[in-house]
Amino acid sequence: MPEAGALPTRKDEAWRYAAVEALRGVDLDAWRTIDVAAGENFREWLVIAEQPETREGTDLRRLRVTIGEGARCELFAVIAAELYARVEIEVTLDRGAHFEFGGVTVGGRDTVREFVTRVIHAEPEATSNQTVRSVHWGQGIGNFLGNIEVARHAQKTDAAQSFKGLLLEKGASVNAVPQLEIFADDVKCAHGATVGQLDEQAAFYMAARGLSPEATRRLLVQAFIGDAFVALGDEEARERLMQVALDKLDQHL
Amino acid sequence: MLEIKDLHATVADKPILKGLSLTVNAGEVHAIMGPNGAGKSTLSYVLGGRPGYEVTGGSVRFAGEDLLAMDPHERAAAGLFLGFQYPVEIPGVSNVQFLREALNSQRKLRGQEPLSGGEFLKLAKDKAALLRLDMDMLKRHVNVGFSGGEKKRAEMVQMGILDPKLAILDETDSGLDIDALRVVGEGINAIMRAPDKAVLLITHYQRLLEYVKPDYVHILSGGRIVKTGGPDLALALEREGYDAVMADA
Repeated sequence: MPEAGALPTRKDEAWRYAAVEALRGVDLDAWRTIDVAAGENFREWLVIAEQPETREGTDLRRLRVTIGEGARCELFAVIAAELYARVEIEVTLDRGAHFEFGGVTVGGRDTVREFVTRVIHAEPEATSNQTVRSVHWGQGIGNFLGNIEVARHAQKTDAAQSFKGLLLEKGASVNAVPQLEIFADDVKCAHGATVGQLDEQAAFYMAARGLSPEATRRLLVQAFIGDAFVALGDEEARERLMQVALDKLDQHL
Repeated sequence: MLEIKDLHATVADKPILKGLSLTVNAGEVHAIMGPNGAGKSTLSYVLGGRPGYEVTGGSVRFAGEDLLAMDPHERAAAGLFLGFQYPVEIPGVSNVQFLREALNSQRKLRGQEPLSGGEFLKLAKDKAALLRLDMDMLKRHVNVGFSGGEKKRAEMVQMGILDPKLAILDETDSGLDIDALRVVGEGINAIMRAPDKAVLLITHYQRLLEYVKPDYVHILSGGRIVKTGGPDLALALEREGYDAVMADA
């Protein structure tokens, strides 16, 4: 943790792909705390896009979450900002708790948009599932740094992490850094990361049925990022998050 | 309806079509047969406008317009339907959403009003019933988890919904068992047998032609039509093989 007032450095693994210079003047110690009591359910979604209050500067959101025994916490987020935006989530799970995370970064320019998660399975039988999808163009950069830590006695942990990047133009990039620190021996930890471009075969198939290149791209992007919101039961919220991401794409098209 | 004149095309700089000419009039069904590597699939992709298939000479007119000057989605809106030998799977996109957007995009380009959700579903139900495809299949993602036969029937349901003027069907019969072949053949007749429509069937075998009777049969070999005849030409091919029949050409 850097000293108050000092900028983090890119030598620090968690800030490796960050636009650290953009953090000048940002309060790095402002953590928001969410405590989900044993047996409770908590769900929240957040959007970082071109809202007047965030337009002028970097947007840093830091969340420290504890999930009590048997409790469930679901977080969903879209980063579609024009300037550096970072959502950082540190989660500690008690016995039998579940953490669900779905994140999307979308956009162009030369903006860095990133999710940094640290999921700590402190007690046995907890589960976590993280799905991040990044769609970028221009020189846009999407990052997902995901740490999973499993304590020595946290047996029967089941932790999954999936990242996929979709690059619509040459020049855009994504970075995926999964890190697993597992000290228990009876656990399931799955992680996967892929990067690709729009499926040319699917695109021609859709064109042959009458869809314009713009409509084809929109539909394929919608399908691609839909994975991140599958676990979001609130249909209205799901549509709102999807709309924010697709609006961003429409500005580009 | 379709007038192909001296068409030359390359794939990855390799000449595949070498002076192909073919005229299809409204109300007609044409079958194109030919040995492997003759250029059959290339012809369908060139007509559909697939990227990577480069036209190096000749002309194609479709319904009075220069087909080769149009983008693939404009060709579809003009009334061209390409039935794929290997229909593509699109995870995350339902058939219903895909086809409704496709149909309404076509209608928009033609200056027609879009269909409402209700109108579209009624149309989709009718066409699915015609091809005996469970409506639940259309709620699933495009071709994902479909068997080979289901993909081909789904292609014909798409054709029924989009209601094209000209269907180019690339080996629509491959991968079908006898019963599915009959259903697909009857579907093609029901959807496309009309005085103002036409069909170009690309096939290896005679068997689909028992259900969809062609008016003309062409043999494509070496990138050109080398022989044209009636339905009996397909029978002769089945009996004697390409080498023997083409030796007579």
